[in-house]
Order: sequence, then C-alpha cells, then structure tokens
Amino acid sequence: MPGMSRKAAVALAASASIALLATACTGQSSSGSDDDASKDTTINFWHAWSAPNEVKAVKTLVAGFEKAHPNIHVNIVGNVTDDKINQALRAGGGKAPDVISSFTTNNVGKFCSSGALVDLNPFFKKADIDPETTFPKAMNEYTQFDGNRCTAPLLGDAYGLYYNKTAFAKAGIKTPPKTWTEFEADAKKLTISDGDSYKQLGFMPNYHGWETTTEHIFAQFSPTYFDSSGKSNVAKDPAFTAGFDLQKKLVDELGGFQKLEKYRATLGDEWGAKHPFHTGQVAMQLDGEWRLGMALDAKPKFEIGVAPLPVPDDQADQYGKGYITGTITGIAATSHKQNAAWELVKYMTTDTDAVVGFANDIHNVPSTLAALKSPKLKYDPRFKTFLDIAANPNSTTSPASINGGQYLVTIQNFGYDFERGKVKNLKSGLDSTAKQIDTDIAQAK
Amino acid sequence: MATITLASKRRRSGLAAKQRKQALRTFAFMSPWLIGFAVFFAYPMISTIYFSFMHYDGFKPPTWSGTKNWTYVFEHYPLFWPALRNTLWLVVITVTLRVLFGLGVGLLITKIKTATGVFRTLFYLPYLAPPVAATMAFAFLLNPGTGPVNSILEKIGIPAPGWFNDPAWSKPALTLLALWGIGDLMVIFMAALLDVPKEQYEAAELDGASAWQRFRFVTLPNISPIVMFAVVTGVIQAMQYYTQPLIAGKVASGVIQGAGTQFEPGYPEKSTLTLPQLVYNLGFQRFDYGSACVVALVLFVLSMAFTALLMRRRGGLNLAGD
Repeated sequence: MPGMSRKAAVALAASASIALLATACTGQSSSGSDDDASKDTTINFWHAWSAPNEVKAVKTLVAGFEKAHPNIHVNIVGNVTDDKINQALRAGGGKAPDVISSFTTNNVGKFCSSGALVDLNPFFKKADIDPETTFPKAMNEYTQFDGNRCTAPLLGDAYGLYYNKTAFAKAGIKTPPKTWTEFEADAKKLTISDGDSYKQLGFMPNYHGWETTTEHIFAQFSPTYFDSSGKSNVAKDPAFTAGFDLQKKLVDELGGFQKLEKYRATLGDEWGAKHPFHTGQVAMQLDGEWRLGMALDAKPKFEIGVAPLPVPDDQADQYGKGYITGTITGIAATSHKQNAAWELVKYMTTDTDAVVGFANDIHNVPSTLAALKSPKLKYDPRFKTFLDIAANPNSTTSPASINGGQYLVTIQNFGYDFERGKVKNLKSGLDSTAKQIDTDIAQAK
Repeated sequence: MATITLASKRRRSGLAAKQRKQALRTFAFMSPWLIGFAVFFAYPMISTIYFSFMHYDGFKPPTWSGTKNWTYVFEHYPLFWPALRNTLWLVVITVTLRVLFGLGVGLLITKIKTATGVFRTLFYLPYLAPPVAATMAFAFLLNPGTGPVNSILEKIGIPAPGWFNDPAWSKPALTLLALWGIGDLMVIFMAALLDVPKEQYEAAELDGASAWQRFRFVTLPNISPIVMFAVVTGVIQAMQYYTQPLIAGKVASGVIQGAGTQFEPGYPEKSTLTLPQLVYNLGFQRFDYGSACVVALVLFVLSMAFTALLMRRRGGLNLAGD
C-alpha cells in the first residue's frame, strides 16, 4: 500500500469495519406493493389487545374478513407491545407483521415521518374511499401527519363526564353542568369535607387524577397546538391559558393541591373495582367511554349519569364536543404483501358491519360515521353520549407530531409544576414550555 | 561465518515459529472469551459511540449529526440533570447504607448462637422477591393515606411522611426498599467474616483489644477486599437502577399508562428519575437513539470513574495497613 503507513491502513480498516458493523444493525424499510391480492396468501396481523373477550373479538373480526376474502389467510399475533412492533417494523422479514395495530395514537407522527408504515392515501384513492367523509373529523386528524395518512382508525375512544346522580339529587343539582362556570359551582356543592380529608369530593382536578390530563381538559377549549409553521402555539393560543387557569382555580377552590393529593393517594386505582367514582368518593369524573361498563360491573350504590364535558361559557353553543383518540392500524413498509394487507385494513376500518360488530364486542366507539349511526350497534342508552361526542365535528384531538406525544408530556409536566404552585407566572411558564417543545421537535428532525 | 549466520537464522526462525504456535494456542484457548468480549462489549460499545454522533430514529438510516445529541442532552433535555443528581444520590447514600447494613446484619448473624438458620433465611428471603412485586408491596405499605406504616406512625404521634408521593421522601423510601432486600450482601459478608482466622482474634484479645479495636484492626483488614467488591458492584447496580424507581413512581402516581398516551417517568416531581430510565425514554419513547446513546455513555463513564476511584482508594480500606 504505497503512500500509506501500516498504522494508517489498520486504522482505516478498523474504521470501515466499525462503520459497517454499526450500520449493519439498522433495518431499512423497503416497500413492495406489487403483490396480487386475489391470489392465495397469508398475512401477519399484530395487535395489542390481551383480555380474553378482546382477543375473541379480534378473532371474530378476522374470521369475518377471511370469509369475505377466502384467498387471504390471516395469522393473528395478539398482546404485542409497541416496543416489539417498532422492532419488527425496523427488521421486517417473513415473521414480521404486514398489518399492525397500536393503542399509542401519539406515535402516528413518528410512524408516518419515518416511513415505517406506508401512506394509505393511494390505497384509499384506488378503492374510491374518501377518508374525510368516512371517518369522524378528529379520528381523521390523528391518523395522519403532514399529509401522510399512514394509519386508519380502528375503533375510537371519546371522553365525557360521568356523574353520581344520587349525589346530584342530594346536593339539589338537577342537570349535569354545561359550562365550566356551572361545573365549578357543582363541584363545590358536591364536595363534603371531613377534617383534612373528604367525605365526598365533587371532582378530582389534579392532573394525576387518572384521566384528568391537560389534553383531555383542554380539548373543551378547542386549542391549536401548533401554528402554520409547525411551532408550538401553547404560549400564543388563549385556550391554553384558559385551560390552565380553570384547572388551577378548581384545585384551589376544592381544598388546595396538597389536600387533594393526599386524598388522591387514599383512593383506588384507575382500572380496579375500587375506582373512586365507583365507590362514591368522587362525584364527577372525566373519563372515556369504557368507564361506563367498568362502573356498572362494580355495581355502585348510586345511579350513574353520563354527559358531555362542559365547555367554556363563550363556547356554550359547542356543548356536546369532547376529546377523541383511539386505536390505529397500518401497513408495514417492509411488507411484501401490501395489497393483501390493505384488504384487511380496508375491511377492519371501513366495512360498516365489521366496525359495528367489533365495537359491540370491545365496547369502544365505532370509528366510521356510518357505523356510528348503524342500527346494529348495541349499547346502553347512556353510551349514546359517547357516540354523539365522536360524531360531533367540534370534537378535537391532539395532533400527530414527529416525536410522538412528547409535546403533550412537556405541557403536562408544566401543568404539574403550575398546579402545585411551583411555577407562579403562567405566561413565562408557557413561554418556556413552548420553547422546550420547539427544541424537542428540532432534535427529532 | 556464513554457515554460522544461517544456522542462527534457522534457530531464530524455529523459535519464532514455536512462539507463533504458542501464541495461536493461547488465542485459541482465549477465543471464547474474546468472541464474547467482541460481541457483547466491544461491538455494542463502539456502536453506542457511533450512534451518539448520529441522528437515528430506528427506522430511517442514521445520518451524521455531529455533537447535536450531546448538546441536546446536556443543555436542553430537562430530565438529564435531575436524573443525574438522583443517580448520584443513590450511589452515595444507598450504596453506603446497603454496605453498612449488610455488614451489620452479617456480623449479628455470625454472633447469634441459636436459630441461626432461621435468621439467615428471614434476612435472605426478601432478596428473592421479584423487584416489581417487592416495589409494589412497598408502595402499598408506604401509601401515605392508607398504608399501615403511616397509620402506625400517626398512632404513636410521629409525623407521617408522604414516602413515594413526596419528592423529599421518595429516594429515602427507595433506600428502605434496597435495605430490605439486603440478603445478597449479608451472605457475602457472612462468608467473609467466618473466614477471618480465629487466632488473630485470640491474639488481639490477649493484647487487651476491645471489641471495637478487634473489629477495626482484625475484622476490617481481613474483609476489605469483600467490602471493596460490595461497594464496586453496589455502585454499578445503583447506576443501572431502573425497575424499582419506575414502578414506585408509576404505582404512587396512580396513573397507569392508558390508550394513546405517553408516560414520562419520575413521579413525584422527577425525584425517582434515574439515568437508565432516560435511555428508555429517549430511545424507545422518543425514538431518539442518538441521545439515548449519549446518556448510556455518560452512565458508562460514571461507572468507570467510580470504579477507578474506588480501586485507587482500595488501600484506604485496609485500615490496619499491610
């Protein structure tokens, strides 16, 4: 090797080996959508459901698909965590999923921007399905990022207000609150103190109060999380200031952060039978549609009422809206059977009877406008509230972002500091929060 | 002359061949370890350094980003410094207390004359409890509202702490949990203590040494390599502390990750954050493998620095001097 010392040659070889080794473990996505979906084939479908009734419901759903498409066989793999899905989407291969479903709606931005899941827009176009008129507005929004629709909604979740009708009657409250002003008054009326604790709390406003998160409360203010240039809007949109102010006011009026936090530590957990709403320890609860079934199973000693969450006084005409999220499904970019995979995705997400049947079995909100109106839907009359919230065009969601739900976590973390009084100046706090969100997004790009 | 040179060359060449053969044989015997070292240490280590300078989300091919990840972690990542402070707190306080407590329990058990087996079993059993189950049990025991520990404290008039729900008490609560599972250190110290030659104690007693002097000048010098082992492995374990703080924070927060949400560890107020949790948070929740590698390297450097410092100070533990 003229002109190069032996040491330099060894160093070069070592560097090349390192580079090769290091890049060897980085899976590369490759697409292959030239398969013939009319031929006999088997595809892999990975999902995260794990409860026996849910697993059975998925099997029933897939059985319906196989009946409609006898040439496409589906190998179902259940109870798969997002970590495993991510790894499989990177690696690809014969055993990797062709179709995935995930509960982590917040990851849509990452799935789309990285190209891990294929853009479904061409498939929808080819099938002559318009997602805008097929799916509810919010669901349509959270399944795409930057014009790339790499996922489709596979049932949804809508958030509303559960209230203890018996406690309402005792407190002389006739109807559920429609505005936050009414809500504040009702929460105070329903709160019965017991020394430094409570006999009954009207509402647990602390952000660690199960589903009382910033995004769920703020949805009622219809916030715009990002401006047109993709920068955080938290410091500019008054919806955030109003949301933070409302929650802090509730915390202060209902006993203060420390008292509420101490009481919260004595309460049962979110997914158990001793959830404080079931036991009557908390009279109003912000929660998803699944709470109704869980609360009824717990056989509470009071009558359960369900209503949409209140809205700001100046948006009273939008009463009926709520926060929407849900399960998503998509096709792996590494799949070589994308056309067959699309047939499954299309069936699960757009076939009205399939969506209705699955919603009936899982007790979630159907994810198409047609299914929401289907007479075949079986539900408790109170569940209708959630169907209406899902179909409401004013309902909102948190948009997909390149770094998943990190911006929501950053907002939530600021909320923790604000509610306990660690941060007193809301304006400067929101400025810092916006700056942090922008820095995190720049790091992800 | 030429013949002598040729013969000498042949001898040298024969010697070299023999040495080469010897070296090859040595390498052959060492090869299982060398392969293991290359695959499980050298390759991951080099990859970690490589990825710390790359923008890599796990899906797209990595691209060069220079020192961007390092700047982000040290200057803009709000969880890094709290996690580093917590990790150092655990290294200094928890490891010290664990070693002292483990040694104390070991000493006591070697002195007990009756029911030794029962006590050994009782102290060792908690170590066998799976970390998740043990942490959950502790979170329930130390629940500030309903836990039996606070009920007892309140009954006897002692102000009850918030434990895992109070940022000032969450790390002491984790330390209590670590002390509860002291079984591993107890067994190691017991073995070391029983190995101290009895004649040395007899000689010290004849010289009129008190119990403290016997411990200071006989026991401690004899068990100093074991103390060093306990400290070094303790520091490495503390650097890798993940499961217990994560579970404690999750259980105490009352928030179990629901559908479509992203969980950030550290409840309450980032007080249970440790560096390994950041590796997971950055790599698997934020898909920022580059920054996750930076944190992993910080952990590695810290572990090496602590170990090197302790190894250099090893002589200091041998209090009686050699």
